[in-house]
Amino acid sequence: MLRLYAGAARMSILDQLQYRTANYLYMIGMIAEPVIYLVVWSTVAESEGGTVGGYSAGALAAYYIVWTLVRNMNIVLTPYAWEWRIKDGQLSGELLKPIHPIHRDLGGFAGWKIVTILYWLPIAAILVWLFPPAFSTDTFSVLAFVVALWGGFLVRFMLLWALGLVTFWTTRVGAIFDVFFTVELLASGRLVPLSLMPPWAQTAADWLPFQWAFQFPIETLIGRLSRAEILRGLGMQAFWTLVGIGILTLVWPMAVKRYSAVGG
Amino acid sequence: MSIFRLAAAHWRVNALNELQYRVNLVVQLFQSLIALGTGLIGLSLVFRQTDDLAGWSRPELLAVMGVHLLMGGIIQAVVQPNMQRLMGDVQNGLFDYSLVKPVDAQALSSVRELRIWQVVDVFVGAAVLAVAVAQLDARVGVGQALWFVMALVLGALSIYSFWLILTTGVFWIIRIENIVELFQGVYQAGRWPVGIYPPWLRGGLTFLVPVAFAVTVPSEAMTGRLTPQTMALAFGVAVGLMAAARGVWRLGVRRYGGASA
Repeated sequence: MLRLYAGAARMSILDQLQYRTANYLYMIGMIAEPVIYLVVWSTVAESEGGTVGGYSAGALAAYYIVWTLVRNMNIVLTPYAWEWRIKDGQLSGELLKPIHPIHRDLGGFAGWKIVTILYWLPIAAILVWLFPPAFSTDTFSVLAFVVALWGGFLVRFMLLWALGLVTFWTTRVGAIFDVFFTVELLASGRLVPLSLMPPWAQTAADWLPFQWAFQFPIETLIGRLSRAEILRGLGMQAFWTLVGIGILTLVWPMAVKRYSAVGG
Repeated sequence: MSIFRLAAAHWRVNALNELQYRVNLVVQLFQSLIALGTGLIGLSLVFRQTDDLAGWSRPELLAVMGVHLLMGGIIQAVVQPNMQRLMGDVQNGLFDYSLVKPVDAQALSSVRELRIWQVVDVFVGAAVLAVAVAQLDARVGVGQALWFVMALVLGALSIYSFWLILTTGVFWIIRIENIVELFQGVYQAGRWPVGIYPPWLRGGLTFLVPVAFAVTVPSEAMTGRLTPQTMALAFGVAVGLMAAARGVWRLGVRRYGGASA
């Protein structure tokens, strides 16, 4: 199994290393979003005496710079991919193989993430130069960040893989996914750090998995969490990963039964 | 054949085609409302913390959001589909068919596609703008409305020219589909008035990617902040970009060797 993962990851790495321009254009397009948020909230902070929601302009810069890495780590198999996989009929081939297709997906994406991190470093350097961040960190936080970063990836990967299986039952999945992603945008810390949301929204977000894939890794690195909170967060990541795995283990056999391939 | 007749002919066919799928109207409306909702949430989060953002009040920012949606609808309905098709045609060797037609290839490539359901965004944006103007308590006279329309037209032409210059890169680089995402990312910056961005970014959003002229300037027209100098600048930039786009286009077509030679 380890060889399978290593193989899938290696293929993905070699593949992605060829598409440097495409990857960079994609990543640069993605920093527009956090830069906009950062500028808006820094402006608010400035006009409100230096901080907003417990974040100074420097802290906001730190938040949104690490945001760019976490955002990239959060990109997993889109639930829309299933529509294509089912219509294409390629799924039949995958189903004939003795291993669950998720392993190839996971290995492939993990490999891509390694390349992503590499590509991100120069972007981060430029962002740090443009928007000086203010944060404090120690070895424990950095190590915890590395774990939390991959933990966040796993949480989102499992949940979205499971979500995509809805496609086996209906083709009109756009609305479901749109709602999912909108809730995630608000509850994950992607639009704003959760401390800037109204209290009822923060409570609601605590029941949802999204912040553990996004805000938690960011705050781990920039030193806003105590050790106890970091450990609790890692535990929550493990919990939600298991929930995702549980859902897809239950649903996958049902999905396969429903599946009828195009042309055989 | 005048460019307007050309556009009308293509658009009629496109519209007739799309109108068969009326469910798509509901889908588009749903998506537009979600985008609107997210935007409104963002605005209200900001205004929970402060009363104005770099001198712009809440109704004024709402107006900016309305113009952003409206212009976004125009871009998604008319500009982007044509540019994406042009990229695809050059990559697949179909561009030759555009070249041999008896109309100007640039005109043809720029007006033949229309995604009619994206026009929903234009209406949603206009509605938001109307609400914002009502909240502003400003009486919008005919003169101001005319300035607004002119600013919109100039902004749209600037964005189109910019898109065309980028897309013409396909004659050299071939695989540039990711430019679409890049543009969409940068266009999001237009949701807020460009005045809030640091000077270097503001310059980029004005002269590099003309988002300022597409969104902020029309918003200024509607909220009474527009100065004649800005309008003149908008006019100059639009004309300049259109000339540049035409020049780059001709360079690109000259370089284009044809698909089957």
